[in-house]
Amino acid sequence: MPDRQFVETQFFTFAQAPHELVLKSGVKLGPVTLAYETYGTLNADKSNAILIFHALTGDAHAAFWHKDAKTPGWWDPMIGPGKAFDTDKYFIICANVIGGCKGSTGPSSINPATGKPYGLSFPVITIEDMVVSQKCLIDHLGIKKLLAAAGGSMGGLMALEWSVRYPGTLQSAILIATNYKHTAQQIALHEVARQAIMSDPHWNKGDYYGKELPAQGMSVSRMIGHITYMSERSMEEKFGRKLQDKEKVGYDFSQDFEVESYLRYRGASFVQRFDANTYLYLSKALDYFDLSEDTDLVAAFKGMKTKFLIVTFTSDWLYPSYQSKDIVKAMKANDVDVSFIEIATKYGHDSFLVEIDGQSKLVTHFLTNVAKDVSHAS
Amino acid sequence: MRLDHKYILEMIEPNSHVLDLGCGDGELLSLLMKQKCCRAAGIEIDEKEIYKCVEKGVSVSHGDIDSGLTDYSDKRFDYVILNESLQEVLNPEKVIAEALRVGKKAIVGIPNFCNLSARLQIFFFGKVPVTEGLPYKWYNTPNLRFLSIKDFRDFCAERSITIERECAFAVKGKVAFAHNLLSDTSIFLISKPAVK
Repeated sequence: MPDRQFVETQFFTFAQAPHELVLKSGVKLGPVTLAYETYGTLNADKSNAILIFHALTGDAHAAFWHKDAKTPGWWDPMIGPGKAFDTDKYFIICANVIGGCKGSTGPSSINPATGKPYGLSFPVITIEDMVVSQKCLIDHLGIKKLLAAAGGSMGGLMALEWSVRYPGTLQSAILIATNYKHTAQQIALHEVARQAIMSDPHWNKGDYYGKELPAQGMSVSRMIGHITYMSERSMEEKFGRKLQDKEKVGYDFSQDFEVESYLRYRGASFVQRFDANTYLYLSKALDYFDLSEDTDLVAAFKGMKTKFLIVTFTSDWLYPSYQSKDIVKAMKANDVDVSFIEIATKYGHDSFLVEIDGQSKLVTHFLTNVAKDVSHAS
Repeated sequence: MRLDHKYILEMIEPNSHVLDLGCGDGELLSLLMKQKCCRAAGIEIDEKEIYKCVEKGVSVSHGDIDSGLTDYSDKRFDYVILNESLQEVLNPEKVIAEALRVGKKAIVGIPNFCNLSARLQIFFFGKVPVTEGLPYKWYNTPNLRFLSIKDFRDFCAERSITIERECAFAVKGKVAFAHNLLSDTSIFLISKPAVK
């Protein structure tokens, strides 16, 4: 393909002793490396930068292609020349979160003090820590104000946290299929996924690097995850009761249904591409996050000047719309400039990755208007 | 420009804070932002219209009017607009009360279901009228409420709501007299004095 655009992951290391990053828990961590990618060109006055935050199992590779890869970045339909996040106009940045396993410092990284992987000695990190560390990256790039921050699911939490933590640094934010705190059901689903990993004997209290991986536990946790990302309808339409490679059920516990085969395949491939400990750390970070922890939600948005676009999906039962509506309501109580839309889709939580038409239209126009406001103001 | 939009624009002071309930594609709010430097927000139930609002740079919330106003505190807006949407809500009485709670004034545009053409159709044909302004049949109309200009005036009088201005018009423009007979639509600027 002649028009395929390539990108290479870059690395930024900071928080060297004695200037370690102080985490929300009070623990110090350093040095910290963030893996990040950029698409498009930063303009002269550095006013066209957009920071994209990835979801739980995402990474810095949001768009374009890596050499010899079979697929492009995870949000490639949304990011590129002429696309919603138009790389002809904007400078797009996406970094792997701290605690991640795709190049940023996380439990699978080597602890410089011991020369061994951190494992469970890696400090517990929070959404706030992820945001603080990415602010260091944005400062390093010399960007004072982002045109926008955007993310779905966990990425949405980060965009929300950024808007509250660094209010003067964000012109606009796009929150997709997200919330401001996790409910008991959401925490419970994460806990089942964590227990699946931790009950695998190969997990070995997080010390499995260079040994056999907790593949079975990882695989089961991913199966659970996949079920929660889909809707009943999308599963029914995709699989129904179709059998996999057989005419009749086997009356045994081998694989009968296509949906079983799909989940097993997804589970097994996850083991190859993700770190079990990172899954534990990041899901815990999601559970801990609560924007209304120290204050009520309305007070959290007092004086907020950032302009918001908040998107949910009708079939997303994992991050149901009412959670975003609570955010909208609290913003409206503060006269925050916010637009909210609930897109009718059948794809469940995964919609933010697969429902491209509606999101493209919204993001394209929203960003165009935000950019217009900026150029009028200057 | 649509006539109703033209007349609503005439009623609104520049630099006002405006909420449009059932804002459709955001055209009216967009005009208010451009021509009257208003701060504007809308509520709209139809997903397709939301995309058009966002395209115009109009801030909009996807939701229904019947439950959409609880998000706002008292007298938050200078004007709350209910243009061609009141007849489609489930509980108009509550919506008007809420509009006058969150807005210092409300602008209500209603189709006149008792104009001359409608009356003649009922009288001569004995059928529910279908007119240019009311193009629907009984089975496919989005309208839940059928009222006339007089009905709305009575409604306001019974609730001590002040009608500050009334602009009745038909296809060709403003109607000077016999509003309830000759106009297709009327736009009311209403307010309610605070209860002491």
